[in-house]
Amino acid sequence: MDFDLSEEQRLLKESIDGLLTDSYDFEQRKKYMQEKGGWSKAVWSKLAEQGLLGLPFTEADGGFGAGGVETMIVMEALGKALVLEPYLATVVIGGGFLRHGGSAEQKAAHIPGIIDGSKTFAFAQLEKNSRYDLFDVATTAKKKGSAYVIDGEKFVVLNGENADTLIVTARTKGERRDRNGIGVFLVPANAKGISKKGYPTQDGLHAADISFTGVEVGSDAAIGNPEDALDLIERVVDEARVALCAEAVGAMDESLKETVEYIKTRKQFGVAIGSFQSLQHRASDMFVAAEQARSMSMFATMAGDFADAKERASAIAAAKVQIGKSLKFVGQQSIQLHGGIGMTMEAKIGHYFKRLTMIENTFGDTEYHLRRVADAGGLI
Amino acid sequence: MDLAFTKEEVAFREEVRAFFRDNVPPDTRRKMQEGRHLSKEEMVTWWRILNKKGWGVSHWPKEYGGTGWTSVQHYIFNEELQAYPAPQPLAFGVSMVGPVIYTFGNEEQKKQYLPRIASVDDWWCQGFSEPGSGSDLASLRTKAERKGDKWIINGQKTWTTLAQHADMIFCLCRTDPSAKKQMGISFIVFSMKSKGVTVRPIQTIDGGVEVNEVFFDNVEVPIENLIGEENKGWDYAKFLLGNERTGIARVGVSKERLRRIKELASKVESGGRPVIQDPTFREKLSACEIELKALELTQLRVVADEGKHGKGKPNPASSVLKIKGSEIQQTTTELLMEVIGPFAAPYDVHGDDGSNEAMDWTAQIAPSYFNNRKVSIYGGSNEIQRNIIAKAVLGL
Repeated sequence: MDFDLSEEQRLLKESIDGLLTDSYDFEQRKKYMQEKGGWSKAVWSKLAEQGLLGLPFTEADGGFGAGGVETMIVMEALGKALVLEPYLATVVIGGGFLRHGGSAEQKAAHIPGIIDGSKTFAFAQLEKNSRYDLFDVATTAKKKGSAYVIDGEKFVVLNGENADTLIVTARTKGERRDRNGIGVFLVPANAKGISKKGYPTQDGLHAADISFTGVEVGSDAAIGNPEDALDLIERVVDEARVALCAEAVGAMDESLKETVEYIKTRKQFGVAIGSFQSLQHRASDMFVAAEQARSMSMFATMAGDFADAKERASAIAAAKVQIGKSLKFVGQQSIQLHGGIGMTMEAKIGHYFKRLTMIENTFGDTEYHLRRVADAGGLI
Repeated sequence: MDLAFTKEEVAFREEVRAFFRDNVPPDTRRKMQEGRHLSKEEMVTWWRILNKKGWGVSHWPKEYGGTGWTSVQHYIFNEELQAYPAPQPLAFGVSMVGPVIYTFGNEEQKKQYLPRIASVDDWWCQGFSEPGSGSDLASLRTKAERKGDKWIINGQKTWTTLAQHADMIFCLCRTDPSAKKQMGISFIVFSMKSKGVTVRPIQTIDGGVEVNEVFFDNVEVPIENLIGEENKGWDYAKFLLGNERTGIARVGVSKERLRRIKELASKVESGGRPVIQDPTFREKLSACEIELKALELTQLRVVADEGKHGKGKPNPASSVLKIKGSEIQQTTTELLMEVIGPFAAPYDVHGDDGSNEAMDWTAQIAPSYFNNRKVSIYGGSNEIQRNIIAKAVLGL
C-alpha cells in the first residue's frame, strides 16, 4: 500500500504544472476562449510536444504506456488551471475506445493523430431521453451491405463542434433500453448526413448537438463488437468518470486555495474576515470535503484496474458520489466566502464553481451513482 | 501508488483474525455487538489474553514490550480488533500515559509503571478536564504545591472515564500559578487509593456510568511522581494528544456497526417488507458506506505516510479523521434507530438476563445513539478540530 508518486510521476506532475503555470493563467484562459473553437491550438501543441497526449497509449502504438495514476496527475493539473482543451474527449475517451476496443488498423489510423496533436475526438453518446443510462440508445446503425447507416440525434457532445472524428453509440438491434445490440462507431466529423449545432457550455467549454441522417460508414468503422459493445462503453466511461473525479479534485484544491487567500486579505470591520471563526470553520469544512474527495479520487484511480467489472463500477460510482457532494460544498462555499465579488464573471472563483457544477452532471450525477451503489448492495 | 496490501500483510490480517476468533470470550463480543457496557473483569480478562500473546502494548518500542510492527500492521490490527469487535487496549494506560513515561520518564519510572500497564495490574485514568476547563484545557486550576518531599494536590477533575475502576491517575496540575497559562503546568501520576481522593460517578444520558468527577483534598504524592520536568506538563499533554492520530477515526467500529445495520434491516419489517428493501433507507445506508470508504482511504493515506516518512510532521489529512470519524459513528447509530423505529423506546428493564430474548437486541440501540453524541465532543470537540485545521493547515 502506497500513496506516493513514483519519481517519474513526480516529474510528470512538475512538467504539466510548469507548462500550465507559464501558459494558463486566468487572463490567458480568457484569450483562448476567444479563439476559433474556444480553445488554444498552441497550448494543445505544447501538450503534444511534452508527450502528454500520448501518455496512456502503449509504446507499440507510439505512446508511453502510462496508467491511471498518470491520467489522474494530468487531470488534476487541468482542473487546477480550468483548461479548455479537449483532453478528456480526445485522449481519455477517444483514446480509451481505441485502446480497449480498437483493431490494429483502427489504432494505426487514429492514435498517431491524437499523440501528435493534429486530431481531436468527441464522444456522441447523450440522447434526448437517455439521461445517464449508457444503454439507453435510440440512434440506430442499420446494416446495408457491408456498411452501416446511422440515424439519430446526439446532444451536448463535448468538443463536438471541433472534433475531427466522432465516436458514436448506435443501436444495431433491439429496443431503445436493451442492454444488447449497441455498437460504437468511428465517424468522420465531415461525413455526409451530419449536421452540427455548436455552442459554448456554462463552464466555458464547447459542445454541439449533432444529428445523423443516413450517415454511411464502412464495417471497419465499428469499434469492437457492433452488436454488443456496452461493456466497452461502460469501461471507457468509467475511465472518463475517474478522470473527471481527478479534474474536480484539482479544481477544488484551487477553489479552496483562492478562497483562503481571499479571506486572509479581505478586510471588514477593520480586520481580515478570515479571523472570524464562522468563516474559519466553513473553510475547515471545505478542506475536509476536498480531502475526502481526494481519497476517493485515488480510490477510483486504483479501482480502474480492478479485475471484477462490478467491483470496479461500484467503486467508481462511490467516488463520483463523494466527489459530487464535495464539489457542491466547496464550490458553493467558495462563492459564499468571496461574497459579492464571487458572483461576478471577472473573478476567477465563479468559473471554478461552474466547471465543478458541470462535472457533477457529466456521466451520472450524485443521485444517479448513489442509486447504483445502493442497488449493488453497498460497499461493505 | 498502490492500494493492495502485500502478501505478508494479508497473512498478518488472517493471523490476527484467527487469534480474535479463538480467544475473545464470546460473551464479551456479543455485549460489544449489542452496544452494552462491559464489566471491569471482562475487559481485564481480555486484555491479559492479548498481553500474553504479546499484543497488549503493540505500538510501544520493543524494549518495553512492543511488537515492532509496521504502521500498516498496526492499522490492520486495530481495524480487525474494532471490527470483530473486541475491546481495544485501555487507552489511558497503553496509548496515553505509557508513551509519555517511556519518552519523558526516568529509568525508575519506566521500571515501576510500564510493566504494570502492559499486564493491566494498574488501571489508569486521565486527569485532564476540569469543570471550568473543557476545550480551554490550559485554564486548569487543580494545583500541586511542593512541600518537602511531597506534592500536595488540591482541586477537581471531571469527565474522568472509568475512574471508578482506576488504580492510578495521570494528572495535569498547576505548579507555578504565576506563569502564563500553559507554562506552569506539570504532569504528575499518583494512586487513586491515596488519602483525599474521592470519585463521584456521573450518570450520562444513556443511563450508563462511564465518567466521573474526581476530587482531590490535600492529596499527598511523593515528589518523584513528577514525570519529566516541572512546568513542562503542557508539552507532554500535547505529545499525548497528538499520539493517537489515526485510531480516532474508528473505521473498524463503524464497519462493524454497518454490518449490524444490514443484518437487522433484513429482519425488521416496515410497509410489509424488510427495511433494507426500502430504497430511501438503502440510499442513506450507501451514502454512509461511501463516507466511510472515503474516511478509510484518508486514514490509509495517513498510515502509509507515517510508515514512509515517520510520525514527525503530521499529514494534513489527519485532521479529517476525528471530524469525519465521529460524524460517521453518529450516523450509524442514527441508522440503527431508524431500523428499529418504535422499538427504540423500551428501557432496558430486564438488563442483560436473557429473560426477554425477542427484545434484548433492541435494548441498547437508543442508549448507544444517545451515548454516541459524545464522540464529537471528546478528544477535542469537532469545533476545536475545525480551529486546528483553520490555524495549522489553512493558516487562518
